Amino acid sequence: MTSGIGQNVKRKEDKRFITGKGRYTDDHRNDNQAYAAFVRSPHAHAKVLGIDAEEARGMEGVIDVLDGHQLTGDGIGNLICGWAITSKDGSPMNMGAWSALATDTVRYVGDAVAVVIAETNAQARIAAEAVMVDYEELPVVVHAIDALKDGAPQIHDNAPGNLIYDWELGDEAATDAGLAEAAHVTTLDLTNNRLSPNPMEPRSAVATYDHAEDHYTLYTTSQNPHVARLVLSAFYNVAPEHKLRVIAPDVGGGFGAKIYIYPEEITCLWASMKTNRSVKWTSERGEAFLTDMHGRDHVTHAKMGFDKDGRITGFKIDTIANLGAYMSLFSSSVPTYLYAPLMSGQYDIQNIHCNVRAVYTNTVPVDAYRGAGRPEATYLVERMMETAAREMGMDPAELRRRNFVQEFPHQTPVLMQYDAGDFPKILELAQEAADVAGFEERRREAESRGKLRGIGYSTFIEACGLAPSKAAGSLGAGVGLWESAEVRVNPAGTIEILTGSHSHGQGHETTFAQIVAERFGVPVDSVQIVHGDTDKVQFGMGTYGSRSGPVGMSAVVKAMDKVEEKVRQIAAHTLEASEDDIEISGGQVKVKGTDKAMAWHEVGLAAYVAHNLPDGMEPGLKETAFFDPVNFSFPSGAFICEVEVDPDTGQTQVVRFTSADDFGVIVNPMIVEGQVHGGVTQGIGQALLEQVVYDEQGQLLTGSYMDYTMPRAADVPFFDVQHHETPSPNNPLGVKGCGEAGAIGAPPAVINAITDAIGTNDLAMPATPQAVWRALRAAQKPMAAE
Amino acid sequence: MEMSGEHRIAAPRDTVWAALNDPDVLRACIPGCESLEKTSDTTMEAVVRQKIGPVKARFNGAVELLNIDAPKSYTIQGEGKGGVAGFAKGSADVRLAEDAGETVLTYTAQAQIGGKLAQLGNRLVGSTARKLAQQFFVNFHNHLTDEDPPEA
Repeated sequence: MTSGIGQNVKRKEDKRFITGKGRYTDDHRNDNQAYAAFVRSPHAHAKVLGIDAEEARGMEGVIDVLDGHQLTGDGIGNLICGWAITSKDGSPMNMGAWSALATDTVRYVGDAVAVVIAETNAQARIAAEAVMVDYEELPVVVHAIDALKDGAPQIHDNAPGNLIYDWELGDEAATDAGLAEAAHVTTLDLTNNRLSPNPMEPRSAVATYDHAEDHYTLYTTSQNPHVARLVLSAFYNVAPEHKLRVIAPDVGGGFGAKIYIYPEEITCLWASMKTNRSVKWTSERGEAFLTDMHGRDHVTHAKMGFDKDGRITGFKIDTIANLGAYMSLFSSSVPTYLYAPLMSGQYDIQNIHCNVRAVYTNTVPVDAYRGAGRPEATYLVERMMETAAREMGMDPAELRRRNFVQEFPHQTPVLMQYDAGDFPKILELAQEAADVAGFEERRREAESRGKLRGIGYSTFIEACGLAPSKAAGSLGAGVGLWESAEVRVNPAGTIEILTGSHSHGQGHETTFAQIVAERFGVPVDSVQIVHGDTDKVQFGMGTYGSRSGPVGMSAVVKAMDKVEEKVRQIAAHTLEASEDDIEISGGQVKVKGTDKAMAWHEVGLAAYVAHNLPDGMEPGLKETAFFDPVNFSFPSGAFICEVEVDPDTGQTQVVRFTSADDFGVIVNPMIVEGQVHGGVTQGIGQALLEQVVYDEQGQLLTGSYMDYTMPRAADVPFFDVQHHETPSPNNPLGVKGCGEAGAIGAPPAVINAITDAIGTNDLAMPATPQAVWRALRAAQKPMAAE
Repeated sequence: MEMSGEHRIAAPRDTVWAALNDPDVLRACIPGCESLEKTSDTTMEAVVRQKIGPVKARFNGAVELLNIDAPKSYTIQGEGKGGVAGFAKGSADVRLAEDAGETVLTYTAQAQIGGKLAQLGNRLVGSTARKLAQQFFVNFHNHLTDEDPPEA
């Protein structure tokens, strides 16, 4: 079989993408198309005293100008956060009101206050400039630490002191005791830099209301169209679910930023009803910087204790997470349940305590971005391990090895039960591939060229395929985290797979077809993957958290189980054999050990013509399944990074990067390798280049690619990607998920390599040339206090 | 952003003071000024067209004179709204000193920008503001003396 599991099948979807034939949201245009332009606050915090839209209304092509009072007056609900976190004192989180169009107060630069609907995009944007908003400026707070200070500006009335929740996980007394008995304690203060997600395709929405049917259709850039419909319907009161179709067609990247429902989609749907026109909005890149949910932005103080042999005795973490001006859809879960449970890393740690305070600031809301909580945890754990090794004079690989979890299943003190893995093996694999033994020689050679060469490790765990639904519910999640699939075998034998997973770059149209090809022995070209349309797929939870493999594919497998059972029954009946003797391979349904066989398509036809089916069997050959995993999957990896720093300029070049990952069973190695390349590149971007900057007035200073630096090809080396498979025992394929590994594991590997090169641990991300140069100078000149 | 400067003007202090309070002079000297009208003894309204980096905007501004100590000093404070381009606001403390029949004008100014101006033009706002201030004083000097200022 050349197209089944484990084969480098070329991506089926790439033909349309690379020939410009992809159909993205903005490519959809209706006959009565009108365009929306949003009037956004230039202030980070202000009262809205009034909106004068008279001039705008009179301008050429303007259909209407709508504001927040009209929106709320029509009963459109506030945006919500769908994961309820309870503070350690038992109180619920303090969720401030967030209207799709602000009514009385704006809370970040870019907060929308009105929308202009016009005949053309240009007319809408020109008229939006003529809408005059009268603001009364209020004091501003930008940084998480400042938000908690006495006298800080209050952002939401119901969140005193800007505190959203004060939450903890783990046993504090036991952790304190573990630290007290430690022979060595390493202390770190770290920031995790705020990032802008930057998918290649900006966000877009085309909303169309049909008065005759009282029905809405929304094309939108979503990673989870069914969740979008559910939330738009149940919380924002746009329309009941059966009167709302959400389609996420080709989507050009998401990285988390397209999970959420944004004010623009809600407004376009409502405005379509108000104006009886189809309303389209497509974000400009500058608007994306202002309004796409950001990622990360943590400030953390942490301590880790070790006994005299380097075994961890306790790990205590205190984090402040900046959630921005409003609570985005899953924002509350990112610095809590997607963060603290990862604090055990690959290590057997008995005592962990993690306290997290989440705060409001006058900045763009912060939510999940590739990795979501897990990169923040991994950065902390892996910088801690490297720093501790240096302080204790140990080899950083050896310190990790001494603390690795060796037996599975392994219960951590922070909720997780690791199911499978071989951490020493992947570290060994990475060390061999990276030629760690030859590093000192390479360091000397670099020195002869005037360069400082360093090596850094990151051995990390992920938790993917967030699950099971019952556990997520008990932790406050507002949704279940299963997936659904339907397998339709057509009468002529071709197959359609309807999945609730959404592909926005992951290659589902290829990999999902491969698991069908493997199972039924049909060519991948006879399998079509259908996704992204609430009218076609019955339900789905979408794609994020590397869940399409472990959860989405598993649902397909369950549906295929049911199809296979029926195929066996039909074949056994037709071929007059026992079901147990039927085997499916090579496009044939055969009776073992005989030459009796039906072609695959003959079984399909038999099911639909229904002339000769077993007694009582329903005609047709299509089955549906829901898969709710019993546990997370736990991909793990060992990354080794080598950098060279120019001591005169602080310029850092990543010269070697080796990854050894355990993703469980790999369906398509080429696609997995691509995911690692992309993830590691994003991780290098966070480590070296990317940083959202606000000034003290809450003005976004990194609002374009002139000031926000994304990694380019020249910033990364060729990657050496190694794999070691320990199958996940908790899903039928044994897959674990690979979409986030690079972004999770790479930042600490890079920073550990730089700090090794420059001989100081005092370095924050992004390690720009200036930051590295300053750290290097500070370390070289241990001057007396000024 | 903060900036300060000193300019020697070859005119008596009373003349300089009068000019600094004359809407016609200010309109002629402020770069990009389309209109400037007095609305009271201490307030004016102005429309100024400016380009900062990639952002072009027409600012509708209100200007107020405070701390007036004629003919020695005042504080001029203003805020301009540029619609979608954002806003600019600032103030300048201006002092006039007599020196050998001429006038030495010193100022310290602070400015703040917001919205798209800050998003796209923040890097350029300092140099743009300095350039505009320089241009204003060249215009102002020329207006009062009909000759170029002594130092560039």
